[in-house]
Amino acid sequence: MTEVRVAGVGLTRFGSHPERTGRDLFAEAADRAFADAGVDRNAVEELNYGNFMGALAEHQGHQAPLMAEAAGVRCPATRYESACASAGVAVREAVRTVAAGDADVVVAGGMERMTNLDTEGATEGLAIAADDLFEVRAGVTFPGAYALMARAYFEAHGGSREDLAHVASKNHENALPNEYAQFRTEVSVEEALDSPPIAEPLHLYDACPITDGASALVLVSEEYAAENDVDAPVAVTGTGQGTDRMALADRTDLAATPAAVDAATAAYDDAGIGPADVDLAEVHDCFTIAEVLAIESLGLAEPGEGIAAARDGHTTADGDLPVNLSGGLKAKGHPVGATGGSQIAEVTRLLRGDHPNSEHVPDAEVGVAHNAGGTVASAVVHVLEVAE
Amino acid sequence: MTARDEGYDEWIDALSEGAGYALVCPEGHGSLPPRRVCPECGSSPLSEEPLPGSGTVETFTVVHVPSPRFSDDAPYVTAVARFGPVRLTGIVRGVDGDGDVDADGDGDAIEVGETVEVDVGERETDGGRIVTFRPVES
Repeated sequence: MTEVRVAGVGLTRFGSHPERTGRDLFAEAADRAFADAGVDRNAVEELNYGNFMGALAEHQGHQAPLMAEAAGVRCPATRYESACASAGVAVREAVRTVAAGDADVVVAGGMERMTNLDTEGATEGLAIAADDLFEVRAGVTFPGAYALMARAYFEAHGGSREDLAHVASKNHENALPNEYAQFRTEVSVEEALDSPPIAEPLHLYDACPITDGASALVLVSEEYAAENDVDAPVAVTGTGQGTDRMALADRTDLAATPAAVDAATAAYDDAGIGPADVDLAEVHDCFTIAEVLAIESLGLAEPGEGIAAARDGHTTADGDLPVNLSGGLKAKGHPVGATGGSQIAEVTRLLRGDHPNSEHVPDAEVGVAHNAGGTVASAVVHVLEVAE
Repeated sequence: MTARDEGYDEWIDALSEGAGYALVCPEGHGSLPPRRVCPECGSSPLSEEPLPGSGTVETFTVVHVPSPRFSDDAPYVTAVARFGPVRLTGIVRGVDGDGDVDADGDGDAIEVGETVEVDVGERETDGGRIVTFRPVES
């Protein structure tokens, strides 16, 4: 097994770009990743591309060859789809490919174009990540599914909408200096509480926005970096994935996400670390309650205690374990099929010290990224470490 | 007309006739059709066991922003309720006593722990068949 290094990362500004085509979004992210890496695009041996709802949003299937063209690479190219974890699984397979010695240079990332649909269209698109027969036909929307989990969590462990509002406020605060974030505006706890209901108990500011955007990473082997003088100080040292029953109603516990526990356990084992070694985390906060469930699954909070982490200041920028210093999906935005790649890009920059929020974590050596699909029927966790 | 979904539509038919069932594997895990093996443990055969007459609400949400198929239904209440070996997901009806959902959407019309009966109703938007719950008068 060889060590996998992050040679370069590239993102588009996340936001509302309804007129921009998916191929242009991914081309921009790839361009930035190549420039950041200093790796020639002719060296790329595989492209792993994540996308969720392109067939609905752009009437475009078979997107991988299209994105290879957009990135200016000619190599085996494959689209990965695991709902909101699409880029996470694309990155994971790239990591495994490089670690196994099957390739020295792999590009992984993803793209989602969403705001060209109206709200109902995007809501319909997102809902197809749930079980069509037993959930969508019973009126389960994506916010609705997380609302079901939020109420189940409150019933099991206590907690309130105000606790969730602290998560929203924290992540908006973190996004302020992030040039790639969709929302660079403060949201107070009171404003979050007063926002209109979407799927109760969740309100507008509990939800991530609908976002267009793309992410790309250039992953290389340690040997390739050394031989080609590529500056790649951050390594992906652990990867893990978990799967759960598709429908929320079929889960053992409606207030926990065991697929993410499985993914985290595998990723920590792969890296040879434990939760106590983690200095920062980027987690999949598509809704505020999702951040709570994520940090509990990652072992960063005990079950039932994640709800208070933001309110008590543990996970704020100046807390002992900053979570979502990028602003998270909540404020940075959530272009579904790109998100898993963008989380790795944010952790890489935070660990390299060139992220606008790196000042909050000057001594950080270990970061984790947690990417979830649907109501966490799919989960991917990666461990990144400063290697040199 | 769209094609039927074999297994699922027969299950909805049975539910609408008051003869709803769960599939139960030799290990006692419940699931919903169509299934060839148990989704929990992979075992078979699966037997059809009648659902209990009432279930218990474990969680619910009041949906204000619907997908297009539910445009005219919103706001509506979706709940997850335990019926013996399975949980069902459905839309709560009759919580105002007039066959409509809680119109002001404050979520007080139903509570976790409440007892409900299951039936099959129609979406207001397009008439599609949906699993419905109705609180049992105590």
